[in-house]
Amino acid sequence: MKAQTLTKGGGLVVLLVLAVLFPLVYNNPGVTVYGLYALIFATAAVAWHIFSGNTGYIALGQAVFIGSGAYTMGIAARDWHLSATATFELLPLCAAVGAIIAVPFGLIALRVRRHTFIVITIAVFFIFQLMAFNLSFTGGSSGLGFPFLTWTQAQVNQNFYYIALACAVGAIIIAWLIGRSRFGLQLRAIRDDEDRARGLGVKAMRVKLSAFVISGAITALIGAVWYYYVDQAEPQTVFNPLFDLTLVLMVFFGGYGSIAGSVLGALLIEPFSQWMSTQPAFSGSLSDVVLGGILLLVLLFMPRGILPTSAEFITKIRTRGRPAVVPATTIGAATATPSAPPVSSGGAR
Amino acid sequence: MTALLRTEGIRKAYGGVQALNGAEIAVEEGTIAGLIGPNGSGKTTLFNVITGYERPDAGQVWFGDRAITGLAPDKVFAAGIGRTFQLTRIFPRLTVIENMLIAAQAKDRPKNLLAWFGRDAWTHHRRRAMELLAFVGIERHANVLAGSLSYGQRKLLELAYVLVADPAVVLLDEPAGGVNPTLINMIADRIKLLNAEQGKTFLLVEHNMEFVMGLCSTLTVLESGATVVSGPPDIVRSDKRVLDAYLGADLDEDDDPAAEPVLNEEAGR
Repeated sequence: MKAQTLTKGGGLVVLLVLAVLFPLVYNNPGVTVYGLYALIFATAAVAWHIFSGNTGYIALGQAVFIGSGAYTMGIAARDWHLSATATFELLPLCAAVGAIIAVPFGLIALRVRRHTFIVITIAVFFIFQLMAFNLSFTGGSSGLGFPFLTWTQAQVNQNFYYIALACAVGAIIIAWLIGRSRFGLQLRAIRDDEDRARGLGVKAMRVKLSAFVISGAITALIGAVWYYYVDQAEPQTVFNPLFDLTLVLMVFFGGYGSIAGSVLGALLIEPFSQWMSTQPAFSGSLSDVVLGGILLLVLLFMPRGILPTSAEFITKIRTRGRPAVVPATTIGAATATPSAPPVSSGGAR
Repeated sequence: MTALLRTEGIRKAYGGVQALNGAEIAVEEGTIAGLIGPNGSGKTTLFNVITGYERPDAGQVWFGDRAITGLAPDKVFAAGIGRTFQLTRIFPRLTVIENMLIAAQAKDRPKNLLAWFGRDAWTHHRRRAMELLAFVGIERHANVLAGSLSYGQRKLLELAYVLVADPAVVLLDEPAGGVNPTLINMIADRIKLLNAEQGKTFLLVEHNMEFVMGLCSTLTVLESGATVVSGPPDIVRSDKRVLDAYLGADLDEDDDPAAEPVLNEEAGR
């Protein structure tokens, strides 16, 4: 058990070192950008996991937060006449705006469950896109520019890569802390049986909303980073309906319900999708068709995602068909001594 | 002795169906009370009303001297009323011990934000959770997913995790339904022990008359959403109105000699 923890921790350190070294070794900006986008999507996927992966509520309105973060940064930098580097100091503000927007959004959407919840998140998403098109301070359909960065392209890509890496690592740590905490357990209990959880004293609305707010804040943060890198926020690209579909498919591809699966899905799919966008052979919408096809295959043959399925496969090989865990089928109750005393009331509080 | 849990004139209709029509029940502290009645008589609906899953159209639920009518399920649970469900409701994708901890966390709210994310805030309940799992005999399965337990083991788990929060009253909805006779005895035994040694109060709905008669000191009979009679098992068993309710027939006004032996046979074994 301890050795296993060590191996796991060591593996994570190695991965982190590799991630830090990546732009130093491959300093061509055309390569760094793959890493940058992979990390942006990994962060967004982990943020999605914090709420949807834990609670089982499939949110398809995360682009609301991407857009809110991007617009917050753009509008604040424009109206406050910030210099390029000072604009980065707006990142906490972007996260805060995401959190604030998540409160009314969550209070409305989280009243309902399952399909209705999904539909409401999509509806809220379109409301935000319409607002970006039509409100006076958003710049309308031509969108917003960001302060000009005086760095070279290689510097831009490398610096944004490290910012995105910091966001991704932060998001993973938060997701991990939540996963092992009482809060995370409550979220997973809501996923399994929300009414029963409420009956056992879980304040379901409060717990769900907290996770939704955390998820929204992280997504808004990475949205700001993303569109500062793109340098232009337009309603149709920032509030992009395909973003949510891509995000959810990444998580289902990697392994729904696990942090590692969410990250892995983003790290595999996003660079591949970026690569396809550079290939003339996949011009137009063909890259979307290819992605869709791959995902269909994965969902068909590994419905729980590649990570859980591979883990099962490895266990199967290692145990050579013997079950790794003794299944709980025998009833121990019948053999227990009937005179076993009840638990002393001393342990009650 | 005053009743710990009491309902007054509960009415609840679903569309045109009057599920509860003035149901009254009183559960004395430290007793095991039974709620019986034919199918569709409103037993589970009454449980749902008491535990906050359904809001009654009229009537009051009293817990001690506090009106808890219409409180949300988490508030009712926090007040000290735990319940199990007819078809057990556990958390299948959490481990058995995690199921226990979910119920335990209701008891102590974390004092600050950090405690919500800390691990130790609730793991100190682990010891008591393990003791209770041992008490119902499934401690060996503490770390398996609850969804892999057999039906009977799920019943035991549900009983254990309701107990972990130490509620003053435990409502059991068909604790013996669908489980084998050995396990039925075991469950009855555990309920008796908790009642005798800790003075825990129980209210249970059950169709198994042997189980009910062996355990309960008072019985309340519901029929068509209204209380027919309430009292010690021996009295209830021979009450003519109960026999009518169970046999579902309009018997002659004179005692029908056939009626009593039928119920006695079912009940007395």
